[in-house]
Amino acid sequence: MTALMLHLALLLAMPPLLLGIITRTKAWFAGRKGPPLWQPYLDLWKLLHKGAVYSRTTTWIFRAGPIVTLAAVLTAGLLTPLGAAAAPFGFSGDVILFAYLLALGRFFTMAAALDTGSSFEGMGASREAAFSALAEPALFLALAIVCIPAGSVSFAEAWASPWQTWGPAHPALPAAAVTLFAVLLAENSRIPVDDPTTHLELTMIHEVMVLDHGGPDFAFVLYGSAIKLFLFASLLVHMVFPIPPAGGALGATVFVAGAAAVAVLVGIVESVTARIRLLRVPQLLVGASVIAALGLAVILYRGIP
Amino acid sequence: MTGYADLLLLAVLVLDLYVVYTSRLAGCVRASALQGAALALLPVVHYLESPSADLVHVLVMAASALALKAIVIPHLLMRALRDANVRRDVEPFVSLHLSVLLAGVLIGLSFWLATVLALPASGHTHLFVPTAFATFLIGFLVLVSRRKAITQVIGYLLIENGAYVFGQSLAAQMPFVVELGLLLDLLVGVIVMGIVILQINREFDHMDVDQLNLLKG
Repeated sequence: MTALMLHLALLLAMPPLLLGIITRTKAWFAGRKGPPLWQPYLDLWKLLHKGAVYSRTTTWIFRAGPIVTLAAVLTAGLLTPLGAAAAPFGFSGDVILFAYLLALGRFFTMAAALDTGSSFEGMGASREAAFSALAEPALFLALAIVCIPAGSVSFAEAWASPWQTWGPAHPALPAAAVTLFAVLLAENSRIPVDDPTTHLELTMIHEVMVLDHGGPDFAFVLYGSAIKLFLFASLLVHMVFPIPPAGGALGATVFVAGAAAVAVLVGIVESVTARIRLLRVPQLLVGASVIAALGLAVILYRGIP
Repeated sequence: MTGYADLLLLAVLVLDLYVVYTSRLAGCVRASALQGAALALLPVVHYLESPSADLVHVLVMAASALALKAIVIPHLLMRALRDANVRRDVEPFVSLHLSVLLAGVLIGLSFWLATVLALPASGHTHLFVPTAFATFLIGFLVLVSRRKAITQVIGYLLIENGAYVFGQSLAAQMPFVVELGLLLDLLVGVIVMGIVILQINREFDHMDVDQLNLLKG
């Protein structure tokens, strides 16, 4: 019961903090002080108290978009372990359900964007569809690297600490981690792929799709994307940090520190790299897939440990 | 100390991929320099894991590889790049996406080759053989798919690096002299090619090898 409460607390409370950490890291790199770490919580609070305006051309799809997206990522969050213990739900195949719940959320974001009838938002939706189609094989190849040695497509077994079964120097581990990080950047529209802060037309992918959402809807969108970032960070933390299965308080501490470290890393990447050209994004994702395929080849070559 | 040699070999493979991924000539040269440094570390790490060869042999090999592959040759190439004063992007015949995909296919092929060939190397525990094949094949890919003379030098370097990795898997059996001969060959090759690049460039204001077949006597 306490494990469940801890899981829910982490899942519901921590995601906006990651956004705060990223902003703070970027501010530090730019020599500014930056907003406080809890600023995203204040933003969400403010947005939730605003009214919403709906265009007459929109239908129920536009209103359903943010709600379904948030629900999908929250459900996905119930499937993945968050350091403390096994996830509330775990069964064979939950890895696949996790990936496609995120895809469902993305689908509804894109449908809501198309529903506004704005060609501008349609462009964003088209980009999002193209890039996420390329990110999907990378994600699955990276997950296959942990699932194949465990002989299971369930997070609970695959994530039972790859470090202990492989040792820290197994070459497939960094390959999977690098790929997951690239997918994290692409899926969460962070800088080398998309700029989450800009509202310049030609550079946007994710932001352009949610331009017409306001008030509580926009709060759901922001919260949903924070949770999505948090979930990808949790995958990365479980892959890179040695968290014992059913780690309890210690596992949760390592997990929180690891997730914060991932956020700092994202902030550093955002500060030191420029956004790559739109045409080069597929190349980044194909490169990430090839690296994961390389890790997979290493596993198959050396035999399953 | 187990598995660190494989980590280095993975880094070598990723640098192979970076060479076909990047669109900048300087990036290619830097990647090959880094790969040289990784390859110089390789005999040392391999020795620490399984001391089979002679330590002096290992140290001399590491030092000569570091000096040549990581410092001298990249330096020469960078100078050629600066002096030739050409456009600094790669200009491949096949697109960069496709190059990366092809490189991935070649890596898969070399893992498969390594499992089916009967080799005296140390079983399937190490990645020496597949890395050697992959580096070799990607070297060929760079040779045939890039337009500029300098990228052909880099393809040639990759091929030599593949031969070096393969030599490492046979470190005990491979005579030292062979390895040194290879390194010397490489250095001479790079110097000659550097001069050729400069000459082509001075003569024709470009170093596009695709246009060389238009020359008729």
